[in-house]
Amino acid sequence: MSAGQVVCLSGPSGSGKSRLLRAVADLEPHGGTISLDGTDQQAIPAHQWRRQVVMVPADSQWWFDEVGLHFPPDAGRQLPDVLGFHPEVMGWSVGRLSSGERQRLALWRALVLQPEVLLLDEPTANLDGQMTKAVEAWLLDEIRRRSICALWVAHDPGQIRRVADQHYRINGTFLERTDGSD
Amino acid sequence: MEVIDLAWWKLALAALLIVALAITSHLGRLGITRSLLVATVRTVIQLVLVGMVLEALFASSGFLWIVLVALVMLLVAGREVMARQGRRLKGWWAFGIGTGAMFVSSFTVTVLSLTVVIGPEPWYAPQYAIPLLGMMLGNTMTGVSLSLDRLNAAVWQQRAVIENRLMLGQTWREALEDIRREAMRSGMMPSINAMAAAGIVSLPGMMTGQILAGSPPAVAVKYQILVMLVITVGTGFGALIAVSWGGRRLFDERERLRLDRLVGQGH
Repeated sequence: MSAGQVVCLSGPSGSGKSRLLRAVADLEPHGGTISLDGTDQQAIPAHQWRRQVVMVPADSQWWFDEVGLHFPPDAGRQLPDVLGFHPEVMGWSVGRLSSGERQRLALWRALVLQPEVLLLDEPTANLDGQMTKAVEAWLLDEIRRRSICALWVAHDPGQIRRVADQHYRINGTFLERTDGSD
Repeated sequence: MEVIDLAWWKLALAALLIVALAITSHLGRLGITRSLLVATVRTVIQLVLVGMVLEALFASSGFLWIVLVALVMLLVAGREVMARQGRRLKGWWAFGIGTGAMFVSSFTVTVLSLTVVIGPEPWYAPQYAIPLLGMMLGNTMTGVSLSLDRLNAAVWQQRAVIENRLMLGQTWREALEDIRREAMRSGMMPSINAMAAAGIVSLPGMMTGQILAGSPPAVAVKYQILVMLVITVGTGFGALIAVSWGGRRLFDERERLRLDRLVGQGH
């Protein structure tokens, strides 16, 4: 995979898409070899690897009471408009957030870490049609601009067509390359 | 002042009261008669046996015998710690971590208070060593098992949170920080509460016993203060060690959360 590119991953549910992402993030024992810019995954401490290879799970978790505590101090002022939040959202209590709002903020929480690789597990699953397109375009723009290498799990063929540079489908125990246009 | 020895027939009088309670609850169909009688018989037999062991031990005062009794106490406490955890580590880890934590904290603190603070001759004199160790182990056991139980249960419940924190590049220590604090608090709470309530809400059992046995209250109070302080220290270090070893074991060398190392209740 190369920087600034999106590789989409699809397949029936239960086929192991999320497990593949978890293995790349080194959250699950695996037998493969993964390297980033020539550095092997197992050669550096796991938390340093995950600092560069950040995964955003389908169901994001929030453990402090206040939204802002999950972010570095100045993350509120740089909050992109497209996500549809006021900077005050950083003072909100987490319980006030809808699932869609959590998902958008989780994407921002990962991006402010300035990762080199993003592992996105259905990043727009809880968003409505219009918001999906807006977030998708914003993500794609950030990925290109920051030269992030993105592995993106998606279901919707329309979304895959819009964002993917390459598309692989999990078919049983095989990974099948699909034509970029489909 | 001489201690009034209790004749066996006088204990039988107290036992008669238990029988009266049993009959009343049986007539009232309260359903506790059986367990009440079994527990009564158990307490009599267990304490008589312990009394015999202690008599023999005090008479011999052999160092090896004392070590042996201390080891048996430790292993029984270790088993109890394991049994009191709803979710626990697989294999020997649950027993090993609990027992190891109790060994390090209880034995160190007991030996320290025997040699430095009380100073009997010899330092392992069983009249001091065994009761002190017993109280230390009893309380450390509670602290260690409460904190390990809390640790494992909280990690199980909050696994998604821990993994999400790991995904954002936190170390396993950072990801476990809140849970570790919570586990420590639940392990330490009983000792802290006991110190806060001592003498006002409750008269501690050891002090009461010593006064009944003829000690001047001022001496009994000093011993009680010593015991409460060392109990708290022992419990605190025991819980600290248990939580840190137990927490480490829940992650592997790649800082992955390994819930497959836990087994649930009834396994």
